[in-house]
Amino acid sequence: MPRSCGDGKVELKGRIISKGVAEGEAITTTQPISFYGGVDPDTGEIIEKEHELQGKTIKGKILVFPNGKGSTVGSYTLYRMKKSGTAPAGIVNKDCETVVAVGTIISEIPCVDGIDISKIRTGDLVRLENGVVTIKK
Amino acid sequence: MHLTKEEEQMLDGEQGYAIQKSMEILVALGRIYRAEKLIRVGSVQVAGVSYHNLGDAGLEFLNKLAKDGKVKVLTTLNPAGMDLEDWRKLGISEEFAEKQNLVIEAFRKMGIIISCTCTPYLIGNLPTYGEHIAWSESSAVTFANSIIGARTNREGGPSALAAAFVGKTPYYGLHLEENRVPDTHVDVKAKLKTLSDYGALGYSIGKKVQNKIPYITGIEDADLDKLKTFCASVVTYGAKPLFYMKGITPGSEKQRLPKESIIIQDTDIKEAYESINDDVEAIDFVCLGCPHTSIREIAEIANLLSNRKVSPNTELWIATSRSMKQLADKRSYTELIEKAGGKFACDTCMAVAPLKGRFRSVATTSAKGCYYSRHNDMKTKLGSLKECLEAAVTGKWS
Repeated sequence: MPRSCGDGKVELKGRIISKGVAEGEAITTTQPISFYGGVDPDTGEIIEKEHELQGKTIKGKILVFPNGKGSTVGSYTLYRMKKSGTAPAGIVNKDCETVVAVGTIISEIPCVDGIDISKIRTGDLVRLENGVVTIKK
Repeated sequence: MHLTKEEEQMLDGEQGYAIQKSMEILVALGRIYRAEKLIRVGSVQVAGVSYHNLGDAGLEFLNKLAKDGKVKVLTTLNPAGMDLEDWRKLGISEEFAEKQNLVIEAFRKMGIIISCTCTPYLIGNLPTYGEHIAWSESSAVTFANSIIGARTNREGGPSALAAAFVGKTPYYGLHLEENRVPDTHVDVKAKLKTLSDYGALGYSIGKKVQNKIPYITGIEDADLDKLKTFCASVVTYGAKPLFYMKGITPGSEKQRLPKESIIIQDTDIKEAYESINDDVEAIDFVCLGCPHTSIREIAEIANLLSNRKVSPNTELWIATSRSMKQLADKRSYTELIEKAGGKFACDTCMAVAPLKGRFRSVATTSAKGCYYSRHNDMKTKLGSLKECLEAAVTGKWS
């Protein structure tokens, strides 16, 4: 259950997939994301045709989406993005799967899952810490 | 998830960086999929070898792991982006070769067998029925689960490496009996003859049973080569990496026939060919061996090419493992194929070599190969070995 903290903050409790603290502006989608082929690792832009986020950049953002999909090479794509500075600052999933879990662990990108992602809106200021997602609005 | 004392220590970093990172991966996966524990694996197949897919970042990650990472079980390697011995003849750049060799060096340091093939089961990494393994490479995973009856999830490169360093994998998914129950009956009424017909069948079934486990009946004369091409195709086009085939899959007799059922007719096979085949006549690339060719396929190619010459406008690749080529050398198949103008592409394949922009069109016996070739902006033709070699000789699809 989301917990309202009285000062406008909302806390959502999830599960740590990849440890660490991250803070940034949220970018959200209800559609799964394929990192191999669906994201340009050089720019951080979503390039999958007809994806809700096509043309939007995920660089430095808290990327909120239900789950990953596609080739397992996607884990290495996340690592490559981290190295070239185009990776998201953190990832929030509803149900994390193998590609994103492995990708965020090897790249050391904080990742939390088990979150009701409909509570987070694009543009929200979001913080990930110890498996808790805090929406600061 | 329950961890033993030793596993806890591994996770805490007491056995070094590679083991710690590996445990983080295995524990995260175990928690996501609610595994109760880690189980030992008999062997590992590692994908993510081509520099084309890894890039400098991937190479850096592998080098970091190679510093103190050593595999604990038999571990074989997927194809690289080039023939490791004779990459020049395949038109690979000096720069690419240098990077690819660094990738291979990192894997060598980890104690991995540099087999560079997607058919580990043909070259000595052959699991037994019921054995738990941790393999990546979707076609090999499907073959191991469905033709051999071994048990593996579809691992990615890093999770397979993690299993190799720890010697274990989380106990979930296709390792568990209850997740290996077929849920759709596929009755094949179509007449299948050639290798590519089995690729077309894989396309048709994969598209129809997205993410399900098919129980397939009606297959009468599938041999190893037809089965391996079917495995590659059915998983590429959407099925889970496990199927049961009556009379082939060990243990299939113990499974109940699922109620939900579909029929594959001749028209479905025809439709599969129509979706895979583009409108193109001139063929500048013919590639055989996706999955890697067996010695029997190489013998057949040598036979079909005797006294013939590959067109000067076409390049013919026979993609296979180094071990298979060594057998071919001893039987003069290599000589026959090379005399006709064909090139052996050992250690690599059409799915992972840097081919973008090099060819306009490809003819192949592999439905999976067509899928990856379209990603490389090629027009595709799927056909029998005979049709493909005819295209190699004439430079045209007829």
